[in-house]
Order: sequence, then structure tokens, then C-alpha cells
Amino acid sequence: MTAFTDTEDLCRRLEQAGYITEKSLAVSLMLMSQLSRPLLVEGDAGVGKTEIAKALASAYGCELIRLQCYEGLDVNAAVYEWNYQRQLLAIKMQETEARSVADKERHVFGENYLLRRPLLQAISRPRSPVLLIDEVDRADEEFEAYLLEVLADYQISIPELGTIKATSIPYVLLTSNGTRELSDALRRRCLYHYIDYPDYDKELRIVLKRIPGIEARLAGQIVTFVQKLRKQDLQKRPGTAETLDWAAALVKMDIASLDSNPARIADTLVCLLKTRDDQAALPPTVTARLLAQSV
Amino acid sequence: MTSGVITLPHLSRREISPVEGTPVLAGRIVEFVRLARAHHFRVGIQEAKDALDVAGRVDLLDQRQLRWGLRSLLCSNAADWARFDTFFDYYWLRPNRRKVELPLSADQFLPSAASTYASREALPEARQEEDSGDSVERVGASNRDVLTRSDFSLSQLNADTRELEQWIEQVARRMRKRLLRRYQIRASGHRLHMRRTVRRSLRYGGLPLDLILQQRRRELPRLVLITDVSRSMNVYSYFFLRFARGIIDAFKDTEAFAFHTRLIHVTDTLKERDSHRLKEKLAWISAGWGGGTRIGESLQTFNRDYARRLVGSRTFVFIMSDGYDTGEPEVLAEQVREIKRRAGRVVWLNPLLGREDYVPSSEGIRAVMPYLDLFAPAHSLASLMKIEGMLVKL
Repeated sequence: MTAFTDTEDLCRRLEQAGYITEKSLAVSLMLMSQLSRPLLVEGDAGVGKTEIAKALASAYGCELIRLQCYEGLDVNAAVYEWNYQRQLLAIKMQETEARSVADKERHVFGENYLLRRPLLQAISRPRSPVLLIDEVDRADEEFEAYLLEVLADYQISIPELGTIKATSIPYVLLTSNGTRELSDALRRRCLYHYIDYPDYDKELRIVLKRIPGIEARLAGQIVTFVQKLRKQDLQKRPGTAETLDWAAALVKMDIASLDSNPARIADTLVCLLKTRDDQAALPPTVTARLLAQSV
Repeated sequence: MTSGVITLPHLSRREISPVEGTPVLAGRIVEFVRLARAHHFRVGIQEAKDALDVAGRVDLLDQRQLRWGLRSLLCSNAADWARFDTFFDYYWLRPNRRKVELPLSADQFLPSAASTYASREALPEARQEEDSGDSVERVGASNRDVLTRSDFSLSQLNADTRELEQWIEQVARRMRKRLLRRYQIRASGHRLHMRRTVRRSLRYGGLPLDLILQQRRRELPRLVLITDVSRSMNVYSYFFLRFARGIIDAFKDTEAFAFHTRLIHVTDTLKERDSHRLKEKLAWISAGWGGGTRIGESLQTFNRDYARRLVGSRTFVFIMSDGYDTGEPEVLAEQVREIKRRAGRVVWLNPLLGREDYVPSSEGIRAVMPYLDLFAPAHSLASLMKIEGMLVKL
């Protein structure tokens, strides 16, 4: 484990990994690794919650293990499962062997037949990986309770095999979109960080960093426009991810400035406005005005 | 590490000598964490310990680092996050220090309660609905049957209110049980439970003779309750809020709102444990601002500020109102349509439906009818009890 006592250093490393952030997030991440507590990250869609994990893994130079949560996620998909096909075959093959039943059973329920799912993988690595538990609010309450147990003790018990203790404590990041209120216990267990939409300077740096070859002038216009767009009454406000998509689209279409070709630019707005109502809510006159203000 | 020097349980402000450098800081941090707990941040002993740890790890010369570190540690949701900075300044910035050491007023930092109380301002008196209580039949005996059937508007006049209130909360709790049970019985799964099947097959030498099927459990819906507390609903809103409280108690994932001319988030207020204070707050919310009704605009606020986060396909939205709106019916219809677009179910509970001569004739109500999954009476306990049956069938 590399110790990052210096937040500046962590910030720089995250930036090298392509993730631009404030120092406050670096402090949270640093505490996460030093206190060995999970970090719960919340914020609107598209502000870069999932990206943190990728950048962090790259900054620490370690593996990223991802567990995507969904309704009905169970232990079989999240922790471990037995490889039933192989077990059945093994039972067949052992039929003629003169071994005791108990012996055969022990063989069939050995580590060879165990399929390790993300949670088990994360605690059985020689070096601490980054474990990303994405959209934890989508999983059921029962799973949340189970998760809490794993995150408290860092051990998993498998009835047929016994308890597996963590060989290394992973850096755990959880993200939530608020489709369901998380339990108090889980919230209390975690450190917390709320990510807001980036301000102008930060977003500009992100665009310049992530879209190679974009001109500074265009990038400035793009960010100004998106910042203005977020203030409109929209159902889905565009996140940083949308800004990047749009910037990439404009660069691909060889548009050098937002005042050059209004009709074509209007066509590219689908990158930013992702519901029909939002597209209807911004008639061409409004977009034209916003574009004019952004130049 | 600071926490190595000081063991927490013995640490109190009196024991710390002001001349020793670090213990003073440690003492202040512990005090800060305690204060945070008093102000409804979800923190315990472990957090106090970790806070000391945090202080030992961050660069103390950079004041922001301590702020950020403690913010990560002490906050546990977006609302905490938003109020933390003010709270931090209050305690740590010198000129304000004295204020905090005075006895705390817990509500000051409670976002919802604060907004509830802040909304106290004179509201223009609007048209007053005629009370149904002109030919009041007295319900004297504490007889559950009678109480169950009687209109809430009559109950205000007799002494059975308390009993009625408790029953309302019970109905809410029962609703949870019934909903859960029916969901489990109804849900029939067809997926093979491999683990158990293989386990069972061992006794047949690995031949899976007994197949074990698993059922998919259905989750309870999230409930969002929006209660009209305007003057025209005067006699009912208190009971509806009480019902909302029961629901919040029983369903973990519930949010409650109240509105008259604008919308207020009341979930945290309704969680009040002290029954006396709850009563005060409820009376305050339900009676304190009986003014005109702007259903459309209030729902617009809901859609703009809360719906994105709260309403999804698993959400049941309850609107409890008589539908008398001083705003434009088109606005109302548009907003209900918007809710319907996001929500799994939209239910409108109307106390007036319980009256025999009532026809939903107001323009607003007629405009929203097409978007409702259920339009039901809610004027008595019996009608509230029926709702859960209807919900299951939806």
C-alpha cells in the first residue's frame, strides 16, 4: 500500500489518471484509505462518481473490482457461487472411485469449484484493490444488510468451506443515485462525499484534459453554454459526461466556434438533452440565445 | 496519532488543561462531534474517535483540510452535506463561538423543521369552505365501530380524537403487513435455485431429481404522500398528517409533504417521537396556515425539486386533497400528468367523496381524473382501511 499523506500528491496522481478534482475529494479519499472505511459518493447522474474509482485504481496502481448493483442482486451474483456443472461432472466421475462419501463431498466443495464473485474477489487479493459498489441503492435491503456485515468484518463465511478472512482490506467506494433511501447503518459506516456539478474552471480543465486536440476557445464556449443550460428548467440536467460527449461531437464535426453553424450545432444538442420533454422545452430561439451568450 | 494519547470515555472538557497544546484541540473536536450529534448528524462514539484520528492525519495548518475531513466523516447524506459548512463555521470561527455554547435550539439546524417554522408569515385569508358540521351527530360512546365509520370532520367535536389518532396510525402499520404478505403470495417464481437443487441431488448421486424453485420477492413500493393543509381541508388535514406519520413509521422508504399555497417537506417533522411536541407541530402545520390553495403550483415545486430523486416506477404517490384549487386547472392537470409519467401509481384521496351528495365537479379535479390510477374517498377510518385493499389490486 502506498501511503498518500499528502493530498496534493493524490490530487496530482488522480489528474495524471485523467480525473480532475478538488482537494476536498482528495482528503476524503485519503481518509478512506487511512481509516479503512468505505466512502459513499452521491451526486446527480453524470458528475463522475464511477470515474473516481477508475482514477483511484490507476493512481494507486492497483486493480479495480466492480460490483454493479441491481434489483434482485443476490449472494450468488455478488459474493460466490459453486460451479454446479463442474460439481455434477465431478460427482459422476467419482462414482466408481472407492472413496468415502464424506471425502467425495469435501472434494466437490473445494476451492476449485468455487466461482469468486466481486465481493469475495475483493477481499482475497494479495494487494488491496479498489472495490467499486456501483449504484448500491438499486440493490435490495437484504443485500445492503449483508454488505454492511462484509464491510464491517471483511470476512465472508461459506457454509461448506468455512470463513474466508480478508488477505487485504480493499478501498471501498459506494455510489448511490437515490432511487431508494439507504439505511442509517450503512450511511453511518461510510464516509460521505457529495459531488456537485463542476464550476466553470473545473469543467474547462476537464474538457481540455479529456478531449485531446480541442481548441481552448471552443472548450470555453462549450463549458459556458453547458453551465447556462444547467440553470434552465430541465428534467435531466446535463452532467460532465454529457459535456464531454458534446465536445467530442463538435470536434468530430470540425466546428471551430459555437457561432459558426447554428443549424448543425442545434442537431448536436441531442448529446446534452436526453428526454423528449427537455428537447421540447428548449425551442430554437432559446438555444440560439444561449449560444449567442456563450460566445 | 492523537487518539493514542487520549482515551475517549474519560475525556471531558473539565479534565483538559488549557495549556497543553494538543488536548485542547482534541477536546474541542470531541465537543464539536457531540454538538454535531445534538444537531442530528448521524454520529456516534466511533465517529468521535475517528474525528480525532482525522485531525491527526490532515494538515492542520490548512484550515480547509480539517473542514473537509470532518465533513466526510460526519455527513451521511446530501442534506447534511449542504448544512455542514455553516455548522462548521458556527463552531470553529471565533466570533461565533459563544453563540454555540449557549443551550442549543435543536431545530435551528434541522433543515425541514427550520423551513417549516420559517414559513410562518401572514397568509391572505382565502375563501373558506363550508364545514360539514352544521348538523352534527354526536358520537358519544367510545365505540370503535361508530368511530370507524364516522367522518373525521365530526370527530373533532368529541373526546375520542386521541383514540382515533392511534387507530389511524395502526391502520397505516397494518397496511404494510398486508401489502407485504400479498406481494409474497402473489409473486410466483420460476427460477431454479441451483444451490439447493445441487445440494438435494447429492443424495441421488448427483442426479437432480428434486428441483427446487425460487420465488422472486417483490419489494414494497416507496410511498410519497402529499397532503393538502389549506383552509378548506382544515377538518381533515390533521388526521391525514397523522396517517402520514403512521405510514412513515411503517414503511421505511416514505416521504411526506404538505402544501397550501406552497409545498413543504415534512418527513422529518413527522418523525418527532415526543407525542406532545408532535401534536403541537401537527396542529401547527395543519391549522397554522389555512389559507388559499395552490395545488398546481405546489405540485410544480414537487416536480421540480423532489420528483427526480423520489419518484420512480416503484413509487406510489398519494395526493390527499379536496381538489379545490385557486390556481389554473391546466397547471394542475399538467403537473399531475408529469407525476404520472414518472410514478408507478398515482392515488388521489378525497375526503369529500365520502359525502353522499358530492359529485367531483370542480374543474381541477375533472382535469386530473384521466391521470389517476385510483380516486378514492378518505373521510373515515373505514375508508382508509379499504385503500390498502384497492392498492393491492392495482
